[in-house]
Amino acid sequence: RKPLSPVSAAMDAASSLMGGPSSADAPTDGEHRMGTTIVGVCYAGGVVLAADSRTSTGMYVANRASDKISQLTDNVYVCRSGSAADTQVISDYVRYFLHQHTIQLGQPATVKVASNLVRLLAYQNKSMLQAGMIVGGWDKYEGGQIYSVPLGGTILRQPFAIGGSGSSYLYGLMDHEWKEGMTQEEAEKFVVKVVSLAIARDGASGGVVRTVTINEEGVKRSFHPGDKLPLWHEEMEPQNSLLDILAAGSSDAMVQ
Amino acid sequence: MILAGSNRRLHSVHRNSGLAVAGLAADGRQIVSRAKSEAANYEKVYGEPMPVKELADRVASYVHLCTLYWWLRPFGCGVILGGYDRDGPQLYMIEPSGLSYKYFGAALGKGRQAAKTEIEKLKLSELTCREGIVEVAKIIYGVHDEAKDKSFELELSWVCEESNRQHEKVPSDLLEQAK
Repeated sequence: RKPLSPVSAAMDAASSLMGGPSSADAPTDGEHRMGTTIVGVCYAGGVVLAADSRTSTGMYVANRASDKISQLTDNVYVCRSGSAADTQVISDYVRYFLHQHTIQLGQPATVKVASNLVRLLAYQNKSMLQAGMIVGGWDKYEGGQIYSVPLGGTILRQPFAIGGSGSSYLYGLMDHEWKEGMTQEEAEKFVVKVVSLAIARDGASGGVVRTVTINEEGVKRSFHPGDKLPLWHEEMEPQNSLLDILAAGSSDAMVQ
Repeated sequence: MILAGSNRRLHSVHRNSGLAVAGLAADGRQIVSRAKSEAANYEKVYGEPMPVKELADRVASYVHLCTLYWWLRPFGCGVILGGYDRDGPQLYMIEPSGLSYKYFGAALGKGRQAAKTEIEKLKLSELTCREGIVEVAKIIYGVHDEAKDKSFELELSWVCEESNRQHEKVPSDLLEQAK
């Protein structure tokens, strides 16, 4: 069946690249996937995790405001990409194990332990899972840490990590723009900028940018609405609605 | 008449911790084996070396287990566990009842009362490891005279900064000095 237009041909290609349902006949009833862009960076004093908010089933956006950053413990969070169900189940198991571990140990679990539990699940069930995760957090021994656990179940500690289908567009940008030892404000602005580029370029990423900042003091969740993101080359200024243009000058309170 | 090294009392549990056994040697072997297995398994699952406190807890639970059922007899030995983890060096003693405490100085065996008295005289917070070896050797020799024993062999091991936080036998030159 020939694609209707170059755009849907590209979309088909993109979704089969992700390993998602590529049947052009029924593009709206596949398994829930998070095409996604996820990012984790270390800064001086902690880590910032960021993600987009689009969950798609085929071509249909099932949830445009999803929260892809889940809590594992008070001080460790995980960014999820790939199959929504798989990553939720993994997070649930790891949360459960870590909870018991914290009780037994009598002190908060370290980021390394949390990441190791994630990767053991990912590796031992690799034939059944499609989950790319980035674990980030802060503990008193090593400070802020980011661990990448991609598809096969490798575990790799990195100063910054990217994942999801949108990350393809970020490799060059990160290599160019990443700096060691940023401040908290710099790091937060940086991740928002980076995820917004991926949202602009990747069809499977979109919505809002959610960030979670973790440091010695605690955890801070942030929200950056889609129309307030930094613009990139060839992007239009956000326009809310034609009603804005038509009703310009009207004193009706209902219309902005 | 003792062949040197023929009656090991000190065992390494993991890279950073070791166990000293007092009592039935066969029972002690069982405890050491269990401790080794716990430490290895912990590292496999959690990705970092087992904290000494946790290891002591596991060993104590295991020893205690054997006091719960009529068809099991309690372990005929106590152990002293020493290790170095992220929170620094720590010492635990586990008795056959399953009781386990953290100590700064501990003694087990026939001459433990006398040994404890000697330990209490030491200023432990100011002692370095090198000095500690000498003190410990002195105590062992002192206690043996009192117990009217025949010749014996001294085994010493340590975990400290100098040994790179690994549990190992005290280097032979230091051992000679201590004697």
